[in-house]
Amino acid sequence: MNAEMSTNLITVYVEGKPLAVHAHDSAAGAALKAGLGYTRTSPVTGEKRAPYCMMGVCFECLMVIDGIPSRQACMVRVREGMRIERQTTVGGVEVWP
Amino acid sequence: MNRTYDFLVIGAGPAGMAAAATAAKLGVATLLLDEQPDPGGQIYRGIESRGQAGVEKPGVSQADSARGLRLTQEFRASSAAYQAATQVWQLEAGGKVYVTNGERASCISARRVLLATGAMERPVPLPGWTLPGVMTVGAAQILYKTSQWLPPEATWIAGSGPLLWLYAAQVIEAGGPIAGILDTTPKSNYAHALRYTAGALRNRAYLDRGMALQKMVRKAGVRIVKDVSAVEAKGDEHVSVVRYHAGGHWREETVAMLMLHQGVVPNAHATRSLGAKHRWDALQRSFAPEVDVWGNLSVEGYAAAGDCAGIVGAEASAVQGKLAALEAARAIGVITQEQRDVEAAPLRAELTKHLPVRPFLDQLFAPRASLLVPRDDVLVCRCESITARQLRDAVGLGAMGPNQVKAFTRCGMGPCQGRLCGLAAAEVIAAARGVGMAETGVFNVRPPLKPVSLGELAGLEV
Repeated sequence: MNAEMSTNLITVYVEGKPLAVHAHDSAAGAALKAGLGYTRTSPVTGEKRAPYCMMGVCFECLMVIDGIPSRQACMVRVREGMRIERQTTVGGVEVWP
Repeated sequence: MNRTYDFLVIGAGPAGMAAAATAAKLGVATLLLDEQPDPGGQIYRGIESRGQAGVEKPGVSQADSARGLRLTQEFRASSAAYQAATQVWQLEAGGKVYVTNGERASCISARRVLLATGAMERPVPLPGWTLPGVMTVGAAQILYKTSQWLPPEATWIAGSGPLLWLYAAQVIEAGGPIAGILDTTPKSNYAHALRYTAGALRNRAYLDRGMALQKMVRKAGVRIVKDVSAVEAKGDEHVSVVRYHAGGHWREETVAMLMLHQGVVPNAHATRSLGAKHRWDALQRSFAPEVDVWGNLSVEGYAAAGDCAGIVGAEASAVQGKLAALEAARAIGVITQEQRDVEAAPLRAELTKHLPVRPFLDQLFAPRASLLVPRDDVLVCRCESITARQLRDAVGLGAMGPNQVKAFTRCGMGPCQGRLCGLAAAEVIAAARGVGMAETGVFNVRPPLKPVSLGELAGLEV
């Protein structure tokens, strides 16, 4: 990242931890940069999943963003102070322990 | 608020931007809708911000970037309206298009609608492809384009196709690591592609560029394994090993990330939802909508241009977009048929710089047949976690095609609505039944095309 770009950084909170990201990043990109590993669990099997296509096709990147569940994190651009969290429940209910 | 335009273009990639700019210049009241926050589509993703941020344009894609920026500037300078971050969730006959901006749904009516929804990467399920740390090459390239993200050390790429080499070259040029490439292109593809050499030689630039990219990757010391016949991702909660079969042996490599690619196919979700006629393209091994020379679909008032109507690449997509815009202007009555044809003549000549090479590329990078039919335990439908075995069992119970299999298994009923698994599931079903893909077909697509909340719907004025 060059000097000019670093002036364009904003802070988001990935699983509660602050992270400086580029203003053009997506929430899914921020999760990846945060080293989050997985971003959701499958509501069917509980398996850990992570963004796969990054262009709105696969829906693997569903996350809780600013408290709203099931957002396609690859389609959401970061905003200052955005809270980006893993989606591990269905409608707030833990389906897998 | 519901609105009316003469010409509505869906998708702000090369085809959509060129179409919108062309129509607007002719005085057609035009709106370009796109689901991304910025214009460019996937090929020119982040093209404006890359310029603004002063990021050095890598040499390998400098010409592409310049073309994309020019196209974007022409569109921005035109009188066409532009609505970003908007998703289309229903298309109706008569040019009624239902959209949402994530807060409120609305209906846009247009006399002509152009679908320019581009391409997506071919879904090719393999063991472990759902593990975190496995993503497509296209996904990694989007991260590179939007935020200059480079992969970690010990990143391996597996698959086939021009994008794979372009991405590897971009990473290397940017100083990033690619540990190795598992090239699944079958050796026999080279011989089969020879019959299309004449066309390829007419568009020599494509071949020269492809060879230059491969040479650059090789020179950088990237390990390249040719003729790989099977790939598996392994790991506990994250990919840690790639296992592959080549030269009669299974081998393993430790990986931090694994990127997959098997070419691109038309993103035909929108055209299929319209009920437009589609054809099976044996050479591109995908379904594409039937279009005439202007891009007109079988549904009145609707047209398609660019990769969503059959893979042609970015440059030909832009030309097709312009042709579709001329036809829209004629249909609306802004120009005569004669004017349309005069304007179209140089565009048709331009297409010959890009289209003759396609059959050669399609054949050279045709996916390995054995990879298209994964073994029993592989998840085909990621959303509903449906395995190839479950699909085969459904066929065994008498399900004839994808739509019956869907009802039997829930394959394709998850949030992605069969976007990702559709073609892969059809391949499994076709092989299990022993019939062709044309006969097998794909999932029907029903609205809403993207999830819409009741709150958004409640805002719809009817």
